[in-house]
Amino acid sequence: MAAWTDISVIRQKITDSSAEEVTSSYIETIGKSKINGFTTLWDEAINVARKIDANGHDGALAGIPIAIKENISTKGLSTTCSSKILQGYVPPYDAHVIERLKEAGAVILGKTNMDEFAMGTSTESSYYGPTLNPWDHERVPGGSSGGSAAVVAAGEAPASLGSDTGGSVRCPAAFCGVVGLKPTYGCISRYGLISYANSLEQIGPLATNVADVAALMDVVAGYDHRDSTSINRDNTYSDALKDDVKGLKIGVPEEYFAEGIDEKVKAAVWDSISKFEEMGATYEKISMPHTKYALAAYYIIAMSEASSNLARFDGTRYGYRADGENWHVMASKTRAQGFGAEVKRRILLGTYALSAGYHDKYYLKALKVRTLVKQDFDRALANVDVLMGPTMPAPAFKIGEKIEDPLSLYLTDVNTVPINLAGVPSISVPCGLADGMPVGLQIIGKHFDENTIIRAAYSFEQNTDHHNKRPPEVA
Amino acid sequence: MITKEEVEHVGWLSRIEIDAKQSDSYAEKLNSVLDYFGQLDEVDTEDIAPTYHIADIVNVFREDEVTESLSQKEVLANTENKQEGNFKAPRIM
Repeated sequence: MAAWTDISVIRQKITDSSAEEVTSSYIETIGKSKINGFTTLWDEAINVARKIDANGHDGALAGIPIAIKENISTKGLSTTCSSKILQGYVPPYDAHVIERLKEAGAVILGKTNMDEFAMGTSTESSYYGPTLNPWDHERVPGGSSGGSAAVVAAGEAPASLGSDTGGSVRCPAAFCGVVGLKPTYGCISRYGLISYANSLEQIGPLATNVADVAALMDVVAGYDHRDSTSINRDNTYSDALKDDVKGLKIGVPEEYFAEGIDEKVKAAVWDSISKFEEMGATYEKISMPHTKYALAAYYIIAMSEASSNLARFDGTRYGYRADGENWHVMASKTRAQGFGAEVKRRILLGTYALSAGYHDKYYLKALKVRTLVKQDFDRALANVDVLMGPTMPAPAFKIGEKIEDPLSLYLTDVNTVPINLAGVPSISVPCGLADGMPVGLQIIGKHFDENTIIRAAYSFEQNTDHHNKRPPEVA
Repeated sequence: MITKEEVEHVGWLSRIEIDAKQSDSYAEKLNSVLDYFGQLDEVDTEDIAPTYHIADIVNVFREDEVTESLSQKEVLANTENKQEGNFKAPRIM
């Protein structure tokens, strides 16, 4: 087995055979992988599966193998953010989401590749080398959670966790033809997620279908006092799995189809919106005028927060350390040698944007523009239930195509970053192919109204077959 | 425009060693991004308050109770540079 499989099918396999057999078959599949999606496999996975078999498959995800992004702390299992500076780092504790997964009986398969410190849209900046898109090995899987999306698309794991700071779950989900959710800010505890831009990021699940994403949310979401931005709300995400969008009001922001959008992507997304209309929803075109400024504001804020969050990587307590005659020289050399080019650029720009004389021009200005972007969402979502548009303006690009020109890479995030600035939830679902590569439809909701976007995404899936399309080499 | 000298200064502030040979190419790439950021100048933000985060919470407190924490051994497990239960680093000055 392994291949492209729903959690419900795996559950049946576990009942019919065992969690051990299921886990072994995934490990075997991963062993033959050509895409470099996993960085490390957990050597305890089989033992855990055996224990779950012995204990009678207790738990919501009993025996279900899950892949975890490199920046989510796993006790006893290397967590490096795909960076040289964290080589050899083994966390002494589990992230909140990992505790939850283990309690639910999930089997952690291993860690997945990512852009170094989640800074990228292509998974090319990883210290472990690029992950390949299972649909076309010459193309990127998207990023930064490229490994988490690619392994699901390649049938190497049924589901995974990524993190989304400016699109890092939704972009690779779109590029690899899987489902990915960025929950409302505060929905999932960030305890144990290695911070990049803490006011923007959320952990999010990826899977081959909406029901599996909801099943993961039911396990990993919820209050945790160790994340001071965690919000206490009870919700059952799988309650939203209903095929019903009658009367659903959709807003389609014209700015999400701006100049430079691929014509085939545009066509696939509009076909999807027509499908929703056919299914009983209504749509109206709307305008969110500050969208064009969201990208610049996002990058200033993300880089500023990164310059502070990444200050802890100084060679003192863990990871790589260079030699130096005093602490400052040691730290400066450690960081120069341990961080990759893009991470260094972002730290430098963030430090610059926060430095005396430039703080008001860049950082404070960006925070004010963030308010305007958020107000666009408040206004739009006061009149409609959800917003829809393309997740990415074009399908996956070629490996090496944009990596030397940072700005050209940043520009691909134009439709995903506004969502993080506003903190609203958003799901990307497959909605067709453009020249053989998957296209993602983005469905955006109100704060903590995950259930409406899950219901819309689920209904779409029930009435179309886009999510059943598989990469050429996956049965 | 960020100058070569400013790149080196920001490198020092962020403890990332940048030698004179690299500062030119850094300045070029950073300037293309800063140039893009400059478009925010055209947005009228008069009387607009900044948004630092979107969570509708102000201060989060907890009871002042001693709870379990990681052991010294676990905390020091990720480095060879330790001595008598402490992290060992080069002198500061």
